[in-house]
Amino acid sequence: MSRTTYNRALEILDDVCIGCSHCMKVCPTEALRVSAGKAVIHADWCIDCGECYRICPNRAIRVMDDDFKQIYNYKYRVLLVPSVFFAQFEDSVPREKIYQIIGELGFTEVCAVEQSVDSLTDEVNEYVKNAQKPVISSFCPAVIRLIQVRFPSLVDHIMQLLPPIEITAQYYKNKFAKAGIPDGELGIFYLTPCIAKIAAVKSPVGGYTSPINGVINMDFFFNKVYLAYKQRLPVSGNISINGELSSKGILYPTTGGESANVEGRTLAIDGMSNVIDFLEILENEEIDGVDFLELRACDQSCAGGILSHRNRFLTAESMKKYAATAPDYHKLTLDYQRYTSAVIHMDRIEPRSMVKYDRDIDAALQKMERARELRELFPGIDCGACGAPSCEALAEDIVKGQSEINACIFLRTLYEKRGELPLEEAIKIMERIWGRTRFDKRF
Amino acid sequence: MNLEYKVEGGDFTSAGLASSQIKKILKQLNVDPAVIKRVVIALYEAEVNIVAHAYRGVIKAQIDGGGINLTLEDEGPGIPDVEMAMTPGFSTASKAVREMGFGAGMGLPNISENADDFKIDTIVGQGTTLRIGIKFR
Repeated sequence: MSRTTYNRALEILDDVCIGCSHCMKVCPTEALRVSAGKAVIHADWCIDCGECYRICPNRAIRVMDDDFKQIYNYKYRVLLVPSVFFAQFEDSVPREKIYQIIGELGFTEVCAVEQSVDSLTDEVNEYVKNAQKPVISSFCPAVIRLIQVRFPSLVDHIMQLLPPIEITAQYYKNKFAKAGIPDGELGIFYLTPCIAKIAAVKSPVGGYTSPINGVINMDFFFNKVYLAYKQRLPVSGNISINGELSSKGILYPTTGGESANVEGRTLAIDGMSNVIDFLEILENEEIDGVDFLELRACDQSCAGGILSHRNRFLTAESMKKYAATAPDYHKLTLDYQRYTSAVIHMDRIEPRSMVKYDRDIDAALQKMERARELRELFPGIDCGACGAPSCEALAEDIVKGQSEINACIFLRTLYEKRGELPLEEAIKIMERIWGRTRFDKRF
Repeated sequence: MNLEYKVEGGDFTSAGLASSQIKKILKQLNVDPAVIKRVVIALYEAEVNIVAHAYRGVIKAQIDGGGINLTLEDEGPGIPDVEMAMTPGFSTASKAVREMGFGAGMGLPNISENADDFKIDTIVGQGTTLRIGIKFR
């Protein structure tokens, strides 16, 4: 449909997609259409939230994670593990065992992603004091991308401090460099509970380049680890474990885990539609006196991450239990503090315009007026039979020359009833949207 | 493009509908976010003024490539002293309205500050018409 200017972390597998349109209905930026029987992504509008992946009943959406084998391109292979990973297992599976298995699966060192949270928190509080309010957390990459695309006027509210994953990665890079290990020998890998974080590592915002060398899909890796556990894979204990983590760090990726550490009036909002609702009123200037907003695309935050397979409430509960056993501060906090402030900042995040109608405002106005007239003709039930997510989206597509009035099944039936549209033509239109073989089935 | 919205006095739960809708349209037209912000602030203030002070009103928006012209015409008590109403912090809002977080003053000065053109016509006992013009470039 359009040129790809952003590194998308998901891809539709045309040979698997049956064009069922489930994805089209849940996309928060209306970036999906069905054409010739397959889902098509409008790359510029995609924010990598993964809602389409979550709902796809046919597993036709592929996560563009990195090939696991590439970890062997490096002599030192560090895996950054998020606290949500341990919560994927039943509480009876010991964490120590999970660490050992990760070693057997090929990593030389494992580190807790949220290790940097304790020193980051101090920086956040300092930042919030002097920034334009409310400050919006930079933690959730799907939310950042949502704001860039749908709420461009709010980009300056996004905190210009890196999220914990990047700070921990920088710490590791620095640690290995200090130990005299050549750059090419260290591979830093991130185990991701979501798709947006893949996009965040591959094409980061705010003028930043991530030192992370590869991203591993948590769903995939959970299966690998759990299989090894079930089959009692012998462990040699060769892995170096850096599990230093405070309760604050463990809870950070859960809802409220970030805002709880920020001084002033804060709110924690999770779930894509809740976040959108709130950003709408924030953009309308209806919100006053809030200092900090923790906004997370997934219900229950990362516990409900796209690649977190376990029930989100049980996952969040496990994380809380884990946190209850952890100390308030961990031993490496000072070490992190020593150099965090030097690497923690990023540039302003640029908005990404959706270009709904046209770049030229006069042309856009004309198209919009036509779309408004068209919308009056459509039934307003957003059935999706036209291959667009809503009657409004169809009207927009038509004025941009990407669809046709007859794509609407209601109007088409009306034209057929009046004898203005032959049956063969109506079938052809349906085939253009839903695929040529769709209407050949014999029952 | 011409748009029209009706506003009912006292209906605070619906206040902001017109500014929300117009915001959406301006975003779809790729108007500079900083300009949209000014439109939303000015229009929202003016819309809430109708809800808080008038009996009913009509908001008309006229959008072209150069900018937006808003006309907010209400049937209401009118403004006895426009100069006083333009003073930051001055408010005639009732206690009930203030308790809802509205009516802290600043309405008119704030609108004027965000508008390129701003005009008030008011007749005491009949109503007030605001004209707000904001250029896109």
